[in-house]
Amino acid sequence: MSKLNSPMGGISRRGLLKGATALGAAGLILPASVRKAMAEPKRGGVLRIALASGNTTDSLDPATWDSTFVQSFNTARCNTLTEIAPDGSLVAELAESWEASADAATWTFKIREGVTFHSGKTMTTDDVVASLNYHRGEESKSAAKPYVDPITDIKAEGSNVVISLSGGNADFPFILADYHLVVLPSAEGKIDPTTTDGTGAYVLDSFEPGVSVKMSRNPNYFKTDRAWFDGIDALSIVDAAARQNALITGEVDVIDGVDLNTVSLLERAPGIKVLPVTGNQHFVFPMDTRLSPYDNNNVRQALKYGIDRDELVEKILRGFGSAGNDHPIGSGQRYFNTELEQKTYDPDKAKFHLKEAGMDTLTVQLSAADAAFAGAVDSAVLYAERAAAAGINIEVVREPSDGYWDNVWMKKPFCASYWGGRPTEDLMFSVAYSAGAPWNDSFWDHARFNELLVSARSELDDDKRREMYWEMQAICANEGGVVIPMFASYVNAHSDKVGVPEVIGTNQGLDGLRLYERWWFA
Amino acid sequence: MSIVWEMIFKRLGLGLLTLLVISVIIFSATELLPGDLAQAILGQSATPETVAAFRKELGLDLPAYQRYFNWLFGALQGDFGTSLANKRPIADLIATRLGNTLFLALYAAAIAVPLSLTLGILAALYRNSIFDRAANALALTSISFPEFFVAYILIFVLAQSGLFPSMTRMDPNTSLGEALYRAFLPALTLTLVVTAHMMRMTRAAIINLLASPYIEMARLKGINPMRVILKHALPNALAPIITVIALNLAYLITGVVVVEVVFVYPGLGQLMVDSVAKRDFPVVQAVALIFAAAYVLLNLTADVLSTLSNPRLIHRK
Amino acid sequence: MTILIKLLWIAVAIAVALAAGWLFRTAAIAVSRGGLRKALRTAPLTAAFGMLVILLYILVAIFAPVIAPFAEREVVGGQFLPWEAPYILGTDNLGRDMFTRLIYGARNTVGIAFMTTALAFAIGSILGLLAATVGGWMDQFLSRVVDILMAIPSLIFSLLLLTIFGTSVVTLILVIATIDSTRVFRLARSVAQDIVVMDYIEAAKLRGEGLWRLITREILPNAMAPLVAEFGLRFCFVFLMISALSFLGVGVQPPTADWGSMVRENAALITFGDVTPLLPAGAIALLTVAVNFVVDWMLHRASGLKE
Repeated sequence: MSKLNSPMGGISRRGLLKGATALGAAGLILPASVRKAMAEPKRGGVLRIALASGNTTDSLDPATWDSTFVQSFNTARCNTLTEIAPDGSLVAELAESWEASADAATWTFKIREGVTFHSGKTMTTDDVVASLNYHRGEESKSAAKPYVDPITDIKAEGSNVVISLSGGNADFPFILADYHLVVLPSAEGKIDPTTTDGTGAYVLDSFEPGVSVKMSRNPNYFKTDRAWFDGIDALSIVDAAARQNALITGEVDVIDGVDLNTVSLLERAPGIKVLPVTGNQHFVFPMDTRLSPYDNNNVRQALKYGIDRDELVEKILRGFGSAGNDHPIGSGQRYFNTELEQKTYDPDKAKFHLKEAGMDTLTVQLSAADAAFAGAVDSAVLYAERAAAAGINIEVVREPSDGYWDNVWMKKPFCASYWGGRPTEDLMFSVAYSAGAPWNDSFWDHARFNELLVSARSELDDDKRREMYWEMQAICANEGGVVIPMFASYVNAHSDKVGVPEVIGTNQGLDGLRLYERWWFA
Repeated sequence: MSIVWEMIFKRLGLGLLTLLVISVIIFSATELLPGDLAQAILGQSATPETVAAFRKELGLDLPAYQRYFNWLFGALQGDFGTSLANKRPIADLIATRLGNTLFLALYAAAIAVPLSLTLGILAALYRNSIFDRAANALALTSISFPEFFVAYILIFVLAQSGLFPSMTRMDPNTSLGEALYRAFLPALTLTLVVTAHMMRMTRAAIINLLASPYIEMARLKGINPMRVILKHALPNALAPIITVIALNLAYLITGVVVVEVVFVYPGLGQLMVDSVAKRDFPVVQAVALIFAAAYVLLNLTADVLSTLSNPRLIHRK
Repeated sequence: MTILIKLLWIAVAIAVALAAGWLFRTAAIAVSRGGLRKALRTAPLTAAFGMLVILLYILVAIFAPVIAPFAEREVVGGQFLPWEAPYILGTDNLGRDMFTRLIYGARNTVGIAFMTTALAFAIGSILGLLAATVGGWMDQFLSRVVDILMAIPSLIFSLLLLTIFGTSVVTLILVIATIDSTRVFRLARSVAQDIVVMDYIEAAKLRGEGLWRLITREILPNAMAPLVAEFGLRFCFVFLMISALSFLGVGVQPPTADWGSMVRENAALITFGDVTPLLPAGAIALLTVAVNFVVDWMLHRASGLKE
């Protein structure tokens, strides 16, 4: 299934800067079995879906949406200024079009007119300004704050919203497609984060945190070729076996997070289709590059050669993914370096690097919990098994899933983690690899890399930009502090009554979180 | 009888004190847990600034004792506050879930208690027979399997064939009959989990008495064995049996989170585990106190019944 | 028809088990002497079978490295291989030999569970008997402390404690034993309470016997039966507790093989009719049944019933 790539190539600089049209990129090539089920979308039916996430502490506050469950239903309830199309290009949503200044530091968004909230109120530029401001500033507790931090000013000018940035960023419109940055109704320059209102495809009927959400179709939705279901009935079923049972017994139509241990058995169940989607989601083992022995690049290289990536893809992902190459850029992304040599399991090379570092053997502790990603502990165990052949003794420490992100990630020197992937190379590198970034989990500080990152961000020449990103990927792979063994697919399953679009969004799970408005009943 | 009333009042008073102590323990434990709600919710995307802003908004920047006493004064006036995570009043969050939890516990108990008493008495009566051994082996096998595993087996056997639903979705409009049907599998799972313990204790407590002189006497008088057990042995064996039943009833209310997860049953256990994971302290406190109160009351009932069953305890010198 | 065949297999299994029990009892009687020999003669076949199973588990646990065909954590082949030589019971989700893991699981799981249960009983029954015998403030104090501890749901409480204190095997044993001992305390106290009001205790007190002697000589022997019965079950509950805690990520650390985690890892397969998870679950069940058969026999002897 690793061939299911979604090349996002083909977005031209002009298109990006001026643009708002879906650009013709090749989409997902789906297996024939899936394609057969496809027909023209039609209206009707209530979609029943069971999701692996969801928590009794979930809330409606856009600052806190932390799981696919809340993200997906709020994406159905609300809209953002821009939308990432299934093929990875950027298209218009609440903004009709946009234009950048020459240095890409000032962006003007023309806001769509005549859009109404579910409450009947007409959406205005003031709502847009207030909604974005909610995530900014000293008081903000928003998880999206680091994305909007470069914004120095937002103001409404007629039907436009003008956003000034502290520096040029050619990818800025991509950021506004982030699911946190939805537009909500405002009063006196402030939004009410507890509102149930929105402009989206579905109206929220009931929301019981950690249990279910019920929604019905918004009759006034501004997109006419979307929102085919009459209603949505989404359930949170945390237990993987219970989720599969719900699908098999016909109590739901779609599930996400298919248990890979039993996926081959699920595929055999009648009337059920397993749908893997290759995304930019990748599983990582970051090392703290400030600390010994990880401050020595030879040690890092030895650890990178000591892991059997193919075995992990086969055993942990059951083939639903592809081997990673120690940099976070997915093979479907615009500036993916196609010429970089793929690292493979090579105990001799690992030994060689250990020797270079002046060591015969190396003993390290690797902290893991399945909170990092499903199968993290097993991955660590397999890693330890294989690395032993190179004289690397990895002691696996199973940490509690509870509180993993506070107590282990970025605290223990070598641990398991994951990244959901970011729509642009710049965002991914800025968030997790630039020196001093809050989520730089390897505490990596590489002068050349940092320099390239800043210049690539505002570089307008596509070829030059590509060259820079390619070099950054090579630096990251050979000198970085993160072992990236695999890119994982999102594996969903659905009943054959459900119609699935030909091209499926890869930027997030659930068709880029937009399954509710893009899928239909066949 | 007055000694029993005195005991009840004394124990109720002590029960309140217990609840107070538990609220302190739970509060300290959640304080000792690394991380807080702001970090838990922001998870991987936390930055020091957003965590600080979040904490300030939630009042988590106040000193611990101050937060505890704020909560305590609210609770004493019947106001358990709102969930820190989603700002909903805790009373609303808990009301339906408490109802669901009690319904399932009562349902399971209504099957399990008579079943295990009957099986226990029969096993004691026909001790060492094939019936005794088989009942024992079956009951023991069923509790050797983890709950979720029992649940999976029942789903495989009874739900995939379409006899019973594999999910237990409840809403306020569900009729009692429908609710009993939908909740059958979780209730059966719980029954299998608790029956063995109560049954074996019943059997053991009765057999323990069978060699006593007064039983010997009764038997020598030629009373039939069933009557000996029901009339002579059982009343004196009641104390440990009641204790074990109370323990298991408490377990049915407080310990069923795994069954809730597998059958997607919205009960208190899931709420508690989620709230602990997210450090949503007011919710943890409220649920913990409900669990504790249930336990204290059941325990008190057990002790009162045990005392009533043994006249010597009532007239203790 | 398939049901009949299944029933036949069950009957065969029971017959083989009883035959094994009989052989074991005969052999044991032959090699033992004195009081033990006398006791063994009265053992029913089920108890003999139970003892045989326990003995086998102990041997397997001790000689695990000798018996197991592979190393505990060794990845020997592909994942979920079928039951064919050299992998008698196939391989698990990472391609480790299932049979080997089961054997090492005996060592880890049974060892931990036994130590935990023994510790819980030592703490719980001593304090429980003490509380019932001394009465007064001591009883009040201990009972209230136990009430408080028991009123907090055990799974959540142990999760809290293990998250705070770390997850080594020692803390695991201590935490579970402490929480379990409260249950033992309740039972011991309630049984002993019925005993302390008996006339012979009164008599012993009047004789001026010391507290320790009173407890060990007069009360404990008479409270033994329910306690022993409880031991058999508590032992099993500890497995389940560890299994649940492993599920929450604070149980036995990987790649150590332990039955509770093995059930959890493979549990979902059962909903597709695959019997793999029944192996570790069956290993737990067999031991539980065996222990309780032996307990039943001891209970019977303790009760003084002759028939």
